[in-house]
Amino acid sequence: MNTRTTGIIGDLAVEADGLVKTFGSTRAVDGVSLAVPRGCVYGVLGPNGAGKTTMIRILATLLRPDGGSARVLGHDVVREAAAVRRLISLTGQFASVDADLTAEENLVLLGRLLGHSRRQARQRACELLDAFGLAAAARQQASRLSGGMRRKLDLAASIIVAPDLLFLDEPTAGLDPRSRSALWETVRAIVADGTTVLLTTQYLDEADKLADRIAVIDHGRVIAAGTRGELKASTGSAGIRIRLLDPAKRDRARDLIASGQAITVHDEPDPAVIAARIPAKQRPAAAGELAAHVLTRLTSAGIGVSDFALGQPSLDEIFLALTGGQAGTPDTEQPQPAPAGTEAVR
Amino acid sequence: MTAAIPAVDRPAPAGPAAASLAFAWRSLLKIRHVPEQLGDVIGIPALFTLLFTYLFGGALAGSTHRYLQFLLPGTLTLAVVFVTVYSGVTLNADLATGAFDRFRSLPVWRPAPILGALIGDLGRYLLAGGLVIGLGLAMGYRPAGGAAGVVAATALVLLFASALSWAWITLGLVLRSPSAVMSIGFVILFPVTFMSNIFVDPATMPGWLRGVSGVNPVSHLVTATRTLTAGTATAPQVLWALTATAALTAVFAPLAVLLYQRK
Repeated sequence: MNTRTTGIIGDLAVEADGLVKTFGSTRAVDGVSLAVPRGCVYGVLGPNGAGKTTMIRILATLLRPDGGSARVLGHDVVREAAAVRRLISLTGQFASVDADLTAEENLVLLGRLLGHSRRQARQRACELLDAFGLAAAARQQASRLSGGMRRKLDLAASIIVAPDLLFLDEPTAGLDPRSRSALWETVRAIVADGTTVLLTTQYLDEADKLADRIAVIDHGRVIAAGTRGELKASTGSAGIRIRLLDPAKRDRARDLIASGQAITVHDEPDPAVIAARIPAKQRPAAAGELAAHVLTRLTSAGIGVSDFALGQPSLDEIFLALTGGQAGTPDTEQPQPAPAGTEAVR
Repeated sequence: MTAAIPAVDRPAPAGPAAASLAFAWRSLLKIRHVPEQLGDVIGIPALFTLLFTYLFGGALAGSTHRYLQFLLPGTLTLAVVFVTVYSGVTLNADLATGAFDRFRSLPVWRPAPILGALIGDLGRYLLAGGLVIGLGLAMGYRPAGGAAGVVAATALVLLFASALSWAWITLGLVLRSPSAVMSIGFVILFPVTFMSNIFVDPATMPGWLRGVSGVNPVSHLVTATRTLTAGTATAPQVLWALTATAALTAVFAPLAVLLYQRK
């Protein structure tokens, strides 16, 4: 079977201590410490420019840290880089396959580099293309594959030889919802096989669906870390987001919603939008009851609602809760996708 | 879909030679999949051979046929030397891709991607050289040294070209964009190739230019190519070309590898 090095339960796949990386005057990574247990999926959540990719590149031995130290699977990333590279696999933020080669050639090339014979490399490529549903596209150039297929090929390339630790840098950025869930399925299958996964994402629902533990990172620092439950306790388990027909009625609407309820209400940057969060300790039904309460109050007061959503807190809200300030960098140009499990009432 | 992803035993990663050859295979595959990249490989040599023979041949040597006998070993060299710039251009473009990040995170000898690309580039050089020779033969070029002379000359040119490639690879590691590598490369190559004995005998040049041409490694290479194809080569002529090759490699290969490791 597999010759992967099995560690003692409780030892760490990644142990980073005060990592620093500066580019000019920017401190891209500013004292990051992480402890990733073996066998889990660890999510690093943060907006664009938070330092996620730089951190991954340090841990994957592609960048030298300017300060601090990191051990990956027991090996120092600077002094024992070669040993680290034998145990890891990296799927970069942008498709990390060669766009000019065909899907099959990409896998054969990597298989050869990883030490397979020509015949073994072909056979392994074939197996993986089948397993990932890419057999029909085997002879197509990677540049002609759809975004979702290319990401699948990326993942297939990462497990030609099952790594002990797999880095996934924003694996679903730019994918449509269907390709995203397909990719999540694949990641789960890889994890079931015993690989530790460190993934970065800017989507809370992705971290929530995949990760056992999450670190929230902003401006190169870890601002919160823990299990999903721990993290949610600090931010509220569910939230609602209401867009009013008339922004002028926002103050009144806010007072109506907040009165007599154990919730926190705040205004969003959009002048017509209010958001409310329910404390984490509430019963699961609390979210539904809150939604009913809010809608009843607003309708009886004659305040029109153009959009109403119930779901998990958005990344913005998490950040707000954790930092009390503005989320991330101003260049978060990608529109926030609707929170997972959102039921929109229009 | 992914119900069963069969696991496999972990083999020992490819050694330096096997890894370099795997990357060479990658380069050759690219030639097959992106044939338009060969435009320069085919265009430059054909253009120079045709242009110079028919445009200047009569004026420079009395007849185009006579000039072709003199010029062809020169354009063979020129064509291949020009194509070497693309080693730096492709590497620079490659470095920006996610694929290269993956390569660099693999447990293989670190310079293997560069060395492999260089081996693959020999395929392009051979194509460019073969094209010039084929075109020359069709136009009436008749080398006195026969097939053996032509093969020896081509081998020497390829050797020199791979040494020169290290210089462009170095440039490709330092500069920001592929187009910067290309323009600086050609800005250097134009004077270097023209201030040599490729097109005319330096005897008619002013003294200072004759001096430049005399120390120009391209001149030494062309002299060796010319005499090898004519069957009159002497050991010193070939040795000078080999010395230039060795010197270029000794300076730029370690520099390129060092820069690459630091990246």
